[in-house]
Amino acid sequence: MSLFESESEDRQNEEQVRYLQANSRELNIVFGYPNNTIKTSRYNVFNFLPLNLFEQFQRLANAYFLILLFLQLIPQISSLAWYTTVIPLLVVLSITAVKDAIDDMKRHQNDNQVNNRSVMVVMNGRIKEDKWMNIQVGDIIKLKNNQSVTADVLLLSSSEPYGLTYIETAELDGETNLKVKQAISVTSNLEDNLGLLSAFDGKVKCESPNNKLDKFTGILTYKGKNYLLNHDKLLLRGCVIRNTDWCYGLVIYTGPDTKLMQNCGKSTFKRTHMDHLLNVLVLWIFLFLGSMCFILAIGHGIWEHKKGYYFQSFLPWKKYVSSSVASAILIFWSYFIILNTMVPISLYVSVEIIRLGNSCYINWDRKMFYAPKNTPARARTTTLNEELGQVKYVFSDKTGTLTQNIMVFNKCSINGIFYGGVYKNEQNVDVSDEREKVDFSYNKLADPKFSFYDKTLVEAVKTGDRWVHLFFLSLSLCHTVMSEEKVEGNLVYQAQSPDEGALVTAARNFGFVFCSRTSETIMVVEMGETKVYQLLAILDFNNVRKRMSVIVRTPEDRVMLFCKGADTILCQLLHPSCRSLRDVTMEHLDDFAVEGLRTLMVAYRELDNAFFQAWSKRHSEACLSLENREDKISDVYEEIEKDLMLLGATAIEDKLQDGVPETIATLNKAKIKIWVLTGDKQETAVNIAYACNIFEDEMDGMFIVEGKNDETIRQELRSARDKMKPEALLESDPVNIYLTTKPQMSFRLPEEVPNGNYGLIINGCSLAYALEGNLELELLRTACMCKGVICCRMTPLQKAQVVELVKRYKKVVTLAIGDGANDVSMIKAAHIGVGISGQEGMQAMLNSDYAFSQFHYLQRLLLVHGRWSYNRMCKFLSYFFYKNFAFTLVHFWYAFFSGFSAQTVYDTWFITFYNLVYTCLPVLGLSLFDQIALDTTYWTIISHIFTWGSLGFYFCILFFLYSDGLCLMFPNVFQFLGVARNTLNLPQIWLSIVLSVVLCILPVIGYQFFKPLFWPANVDKIIDRIHQCTRPLLPLPKRTKLKHASTRRSAYAFSHKQGFGALITSGKTMKSKVFKKKQLSF
Amino acid sequence: MAMNYNAKDEVDGGPPCAPGATAKNRRPDNTAFKQQRLPAWQPILTAGTVLPTFFIIGLIFIPIGIGIFVTSNNIREIEIDYTGTDPSSPCNKCLSPNVTPCICTINFTLEQSFEGNVFMYYGLSNFYQNHRRYVKSRDDSQLNGDSSALLNPSKECEPYRRNEDKPIAPCGAIANSMFNDTLELFLVGNESYPTPIPLKKKGIAWWTDKNVKFRNPPGEQSLEERFKGTTNPVNWVKPVYMLDSEPDNNGFINEDFIVWMRTAALPTFRKLYRLIERKSDLHPTLPAGRYYLNITYNYPVHSFDGRKRMILSTISWMGGKNPFLGIAYIAIGSISFLLGVVLLVINHKYRNSSNTADITI
Repeated sequence: MSLFESESEDRQNEEQVRYLQANSRELNIVFGYPNNTIKTSRYNVFNFLPLNLFEQFQRLANAYFLILLFLQLIPQISSLAWYTTVIPLLVVLSITAVKDAIDDMKRHQNDNQVNNRSVMVVMNGRIKEDKWMNIQVGDIIKLKNNQSVTADVLLLSSSEPYGLTYIETAELDGETNLKVKQAISVTSNLEDNLGLLSAFDGKVKCESPNNKLDKFTGILTYKGKNYLLNHDKLLLRGCVIRNTDWCYGLVIYTGPDTKLMQNCGKSTFKRTHMDHLLNVLVLWIFLFLGSMCFILAIGHGIWEHKKGYYFQSFLPWKKYVSSSVASAILIFWSYFIILNTMVPISLYVSVEIIRLGNSCYINWDRKMFYAPKNTPARARTTTLNEELGQVKYVFSDKTGTLTQNIMVFNKCSINGIFYGGVYKNEQNVDVSDEREKVDFSYNKLADPKFSFYDKTLVEAVKTGDRWVHLFFLSLSLCHTVMSEEKVEGNLVYQAQSPDEGALVTAARNFGFVFCSRTSETIMVVEMGETKVYQLLAILDFNNVRKRMSVIVRTPEDRVMLFCKGADTILCQLLHPSCRSLRDVTMEHLDDFAVEGLRTLMVAYRELDNAFFQAWSKRHSEACLSLENREDKISDVYEEIEKDLMLLGATAIEDKLQDGVPETIATLNKAKIKIWVLTGDKQETAVNIAYACNIFEDEMDGMFIVEGKNDETIRQELRSARDKMKPEALLESDPVNIYLTTKPQMSFRLPEEVPNGNYGLIINGCSLAYALEGNLELELLRTACMCKGVICCRMTPLQKAQVVELVKRYKKVVTLAIGDGANDVSMIKAAHIGVGISGQEGMQAMLNSDYAFSQFHYLQRLLLVHGRWSYNRMCKFLSYFFYKNFAFTLVHFWYAFFSGFSAQTVYDTWFITFYNLVYTCLPVLGLSLFDQIALDTTYWTIISHIFTWGSLGFYFCILFFLYSDGLCLMFPNVFQFLGVARNTLNLPQIWLSIVLSVVLCILPVIGYQFFKPLFWPANVDKIIDRIHQCTRPLLPLPKRTKLKHASTRRSAYAFSHKQGFGALITSGKTMKSKVFKKKQLSF
Repeated sequence: MAMNYNAKDEVDGGPPCAPGATAKNRRPDNTAFKQQRLPAWQPILTAGTVLPTFFIIGLIFIPIGIGIFVTSNNIREIEIDYTGTDPSSPCNKCLSPNVTPCICTINFTLEQSFEGNVFMYYGLSNFYQNHRRYVKSRDDSQLNGDSSALLNPSKECEPYRRNEDKPIAPCGAIANSMFNDTLELFLVGNESYPTPIPLKKKGIAWWTDKNVKFRNPPGEQSLEERFKGTTNPVNWVKPVYMLDSEPDNNGFINEDFIVWMRTAALPTFRKLYRLIERKSDLHPTLPAGRYYLNITYNYPVHSFDGRKRMILSTISWMGGKNPFLGIAYIAIGSISFLLGVVLLVINHKYRNSSNTADITI
């Protein structure tokens, strides 16, 4: 990758502006643009070995062993046979190399598959099929509906009028809604005329390849005229063509130059605390090793001086050794070699295997499999498992993460009558399957997935209640939803926001089916009767207006305005005559809000034809005005949106995901703090926070930070802290002292304990101030004392900033969980990123470390997999270092008896195989199968096989290595013939083994037994209880849901994007031919 | 905004929520292994399991320890230092290199008779046979009878590899420093002349060493012929093919040589020298009485403060005298038993109080 990147960078540096000409490969070849091949693989057959080895030797331990190998080749200091380090090193290197090779082969396969997909290319007036990789800059290609875009292409023409093309960009930015691209008119006239297309010789001058998805500038020169190109004309690789039969495009960027590939930078490698610890440990081991070698070298010097010198009659010094000092210097290196077993060569490999194993467990976990979507949990990163067990802060998105992002039309109030509430024994019963769903069989076009439980509403529809009919008619007319009828009778709605979709679907089920729309008409099937409304105007939504209206001419030739919008806004626009109705409806709205429903008010107005005509004129004038057009238009809108007649209100349930409140309660018990970071509005966010247990009704206080400047925010934060922990503001507070004494250094903010349960709500605007400068710490201290924190109106960047803030000053493990493209930054910023594969595309998932489809799986991920992984890793490290130290320190001890001569106690083969063969499986077994459910050792059958198998294996190898045959073949290498036979025959050996085993185990058993008696942990008490078994464990008190009495109102919970309104009325989106046909049929 | 581009995702249209995904069920298998539900043994330490363990260990170890200790104590052993550093010692005269050959005699008395087979050892102290350079200084191929190694010994043997351009056989520092004192034992009976004790010099090496690891160079000729072209180690008086008169105990397979070549692990060590076989059940092998040890003193250890000893010892089922193992067994057995008692008391006192403690989460 790195090679390839630098290559393309070089070329980019040269290429400032890109020139190309359509249909002219000869000319474009001059510039040397790459073809459309993509390459995500790292190696090929020839460079695999050198490149891979080079990468592997960048690891400290591997490099150390390489150095060791060279040291061993120096005969003067070589204290061990060369194979003692070469064999383990080779094994470790080859395991890693094989893994890398397999990974890369997969990448090669994927690359090949993508590169070999076929695409239609226009060549000399004919359409030719070619492979993706053969596409060149300047080619004209044809794309069909539902096809992926092959390269970054300039849209030339399409099957739709005005050269419009719909695309879905889920893969690029995660947004699943359709986007519209439009070709410039001069090229859209080419249509699908192959002759014209292949004669097209436009020249394009555009910017060089870059990674900005929403930016593109260029100039098309065609027939002597210049046309300006922008990103609206560019179809990017990775997009999918939707709702467009065909389109033609001119290839601008290919392969590695495409915006998609330019964006796939190296993902930042997340390192865990454990990785850091490992490196520190290895460094300490090096130091320890060095000091041991030093001590032994000094010992050797003294020994040679005092004894060795006189022992020369039997063991003369080597020629090159002039004095005991020289000998000591050599022995330093000899011991450096001998004690190498202390540096754990197999450590990194073992750690990787353990992490891989624990990731597999996550992938295999049926309890994290979501059957409705057929989605198992996926550990996309295998290196973070043990970090999961240390999470202290969870940052969660709201929409799609805590909630399902499925809007369900739940209740409504029509003309002062409340529908949808089902009461049983005067208790509000949650929606469950026990109750009977309303039968919509009278309506052929009903959406079978829709369910509603209040029969009275259907009765009302059937009896033809005027208000109810009007209410649903307005819902079926006042929106910007597009419909698609893929199969006869099966309507599919494409909505800008799920709220709108829910409303239109509700209307459809109650018998007011929105069928299709053209730029001037809306076709509605009203109780089985097809009616066509003339669409006169769409007064689209925006954030200021918080409402939208449509003006239609009914088949009865009445001009009607239907409006829906936020209750706070709409209230003021109502006709005075419906005041009493308004009061009733407002009461209902309060009820809705208490339940956390998202509410909308619906109203209508019948317009005088003349009045409308006059208004329409003003409207067109406003639309055509060049100055302050937006303001003028909204003024015009306000002229007509008044004196509205109230129809009713809708309540949409933003459904919580299953088990969210329980999960949050459990995580809270585990002292994990949960902050909600959402782009949504404060009211909605707070409602959801209450619904899912982040805030509780019995909390001691709630602080809302909404200041608009530094000083007010500081005051707000300080007063909050004053209430939570009055002494926290005093000079004498230890944290304050700590902060004043430790300036500017990277420090860790200590934990502060408040005097109760508090909640903090802060909105994005205030947060922008709070995140700056010296307010940072104020914010963090206050926020960390609260039980729950809600940050609303957050930009994606702010989400990441909050995560960074906690990471920086708290030095704890953070986890971010989200599902949308706006969560990507925070997912990447946090130590662990979790992606929910949900409604909002898969951008979050692609950037996450773990992905699953339900929020409540987080509990199992953290408290089961995380805890197990963490414990396993800790045990593994202890075990691993223990065995290596126990093994190696023997040499230190033996030095005092062997004249510090670097003589080994073990034979070389034992040293070679110790880490690699004899002891690796029991350690791995422990760290893969141990479960610390009750703080005891967990011995599965595999642990047994590993342990006893390793012992047996040891004896097999022992007898093999010490056998006659090997000794006779290589007497110098296998010189320990007969040792095993002769020693293992002695009873002392076995008596000593039994003795040492018992001696090692006794203290541990004694300690384990003493510990619960004197220092009982909770686990021990629980075990105790279980053992007593006199009474069953008390079930944890179930939180009773209190009805919240306060008036939390969810305000206008509507999509904050502008709809398709302008496009619809401009007529651009309508299929002209279809339109004609339909007109004929009317 | 950088993203992880993965070609696979482009191919599959993304893993889970691909619209046109086939109905392939991705539910993980419900196997005990994958769901981490393998049956497992979870040893929970309770008073019921721990206390008996401690008592049983104590009860098993103490008798074993006593048995080993008694056995070890029943072993007869006598050690005679004949280095001669003490001026009063008869061997003191041999410290000077001028007296050759130097023969000295040391008298000693066995208070108790030695029964069964008696082993005669020589012991060296402060002799670093475990020094790395010393241990390495040998050529196992040569000792295994390899003809090429015989004439071209391994470099490891330096500086005892060649002497006057002739390869040394056996090469190396170990062979060069072979122990070459001769020890003879005489019983001073009631008779006027002392009885020599018959010392068996075969059967003191490991069978595998004598028959597999050490071999003379191949050939049908006399041993002298087969070692032709080599020279004896610098310190040796005789060449290797003259170590013994018996052909099956000569050359590399001379057992004294083999025993010497198996280097000792610690600087104070003993090596088996001779066997004194039991004659009959009626008479002790070495009856109590006065003996004298006749030493042909060749081996210089004085220069590096070494000591030389002669050891006579009987053996038991568990080898030579070794009081440590027995004591260790008794000690650990007692500790375990005591711990058991202490735990029992503590358990009775504290167990109930800890039960009442609340579980705080």
